[in-house]
Amino acid sequence: MRVIAAKEFSDRIRNRWVLAVAAVFAVFALAISYFGGAQQGAVGVQGMEVTIASLVSLVIYLIPLIALMLGFDAVVGERERGSLDLLLSMPLTRFELLLGKFLGLSAALAASTLAGFGLAGAMLVMQWPEGSLWHYAGFMLSALLMGMAFLSMAVAVSVVVADRARASGLAIALWFFFVLVYDLTLLGILVVSEGRLDLDFFPLLLLANPADVFRILNIFSLEEVKTLYGLATVIPEAYTSPWLLAGIMVLWMILPLSLAAWKFK
Amino acid sequence: MTSAIIEITGAVKHFGEVRAVDGVDLGIRAGEIFGLIGHNGAGKSTLFKTMLGLLPLTAGSIRIDGQAVRGRDFREVRRRIGYLPENVVFYDNLSGLETLAFFARLKGVAAGACAGLLEKVGLGHAARRRVRGYSKGMRQRLGLAQALLGDPAILFLDEPTTGLDPEAIREFYVLVGELRDRGATVVLTSHILAEIQARVDRLAIMKSGRIQATGTLSGLREAMDLPLVFHVTLRPGAAGALREALAPLGLPEVQGEGDRLVVRVARADKMAVLGVLARLNDRVVDIHVHEPSLEDVFLGYAA
Repeated sequence: MRVIAAKEFSDRIRNRWVLAVAAVFAVFALAISYFGGAQQGAVGVQGMEVTIASLVSLVIYLIPLIALMLGFDAVVGERERGSLDLLLSMPLTRFELLLGKFLGLSAALAASTLAGFGLAGAMLVMQWPEGSLWHYAGFMLSALLMGMAFLSMAVAVSVVVADRARASGLAIALWFFFVLVYDLTLLGILVVSEGRLDLDFFPLLLLANPADVFRILNIFSLEEVKTLYGLATVIPEAYTSPWLLAGIMVLWMILPLSLAAWKFK
Repeated sequence: MTSAIIEITGAVKHFGEVRAVDGVDLGIRAGEIFGLIGHNGAGKSTLFKTMLGLLPLTAGSIRIDGQAVRGRDFREVRRRIGYLPENVVFYDNLSGLETLAFFARLKGVAAGACAGLLEKVGLGHAARRRVRGYSKGMRQRLGLAQALLGDPAILFLDEPTTGLDPEAIREFYVLVGELRDRGATVVLTSHILAEIQARVDRLAIMKSGRIQATGTLSGLREAMDLPLVFHVTLRPGAAGALREALAPLGLPEVQGEGDRLVVRVARADKMAVLGVLARLNDRVVDIHVHEPSLEDVFLGYAA
């Protein structure tokens, strides 16, 4: 399993995937921090809370897409290329192969996330008040968790579909669903029901989407923007525990991988 | 067949309506070179994949070294198996040496063995080149090196010589012979019958998912009782005398024009025909006797 993971990771280092994604992250983080306040007529490094809030809005689109693109051909790619049979004839179980792929790709994602946002963060933190470091580290960690949740979905996609073309289609569909359609649908239901619906289950639906979990994780740690988002009025305080939210993310890693392992038998 | 290292019992593999493997019983003995032959699409590769546990059987069982191939303990057996898939595919971004090192780590084989193996298959000069630039033959050699990792006791080679030039094919079979001499069991498939007929100990002929016959080449020949073919060159004007002399034997087929005759003879009549030819003595210029080839045997069984 470690051999597979090491190969996936080193492949992404060699083809400069890690470097490219890290550069994109770093540039975005710095640009958002610097130009984020342009609407207010001021250009310059923004405060930590505003920067993180803006980054969250960007990363919530970007990371799921990157993670899905990273993993969608993990298995189906080997199958289509014709290298899967040889791999499976080796003394390793199918589950080890899946887990190795997932962990290796996760390491690549982690390396680019931490390097990209870490570099930008190192430059920003110096100008922010003390304690910002923890918020920013929390943001990076939650971004990685969300990435791994979507990576797990991508690996599941790569097992269940027959060819790469369909895998990429399904991966894009998942991205549309979780990142764009899901929230709009919830919002639509709220609007159409004109408040007649019992809203108790509504926050639970938000927790079922790793992208929303990521948003909640970050927004609720920031006093300034919490009220700005208005989310506080929808989500009961009990659901905002970072441990609960992180736990949900981990669940989102385990479930698709388990489905993949089951289908791969 | 008590000494079989690979035991296939009632193996069936269906893909929907397609019966790729349709009731195969086969025992392959330890230390032999076993050839599985058949047309493309006869089910050889599918049978291979079920033997390696890559595909589950629809029915029946396959045991290698006493272990069921999809069972929990088969993992240990895998360490002792080398497999060269048909049309082997590697990772273009790795060099030959890196490719081999990757599979060595997966198999738990010391990476130190890799460079030597590449030399052995004639790829020493290209060890550090990326597989992307390898020719078909070089990829096949790399595949073979991969299959030889960790000194396997059982080798599965699916169409191992595709893409190799004649010299490389000869070298390949020398290697296979060495493996057998060390006690390894080698199972290989081929559809190039002339190539494997002198090189396997036993073979099985497969058609439409079934084994039509199993045995040594001479055993299969005898069982089929295919005719031998005499090509006789005579002095001018002697053809009539030969036809006359052969007439009492009641041979159905004496063909040919002028001084060259072709005589088909059942194996039982071989010596009688040689006797006739000996009596004609100086009127016979030359004789060639053709044993039926594996191709003839194969076509006989596959028909």
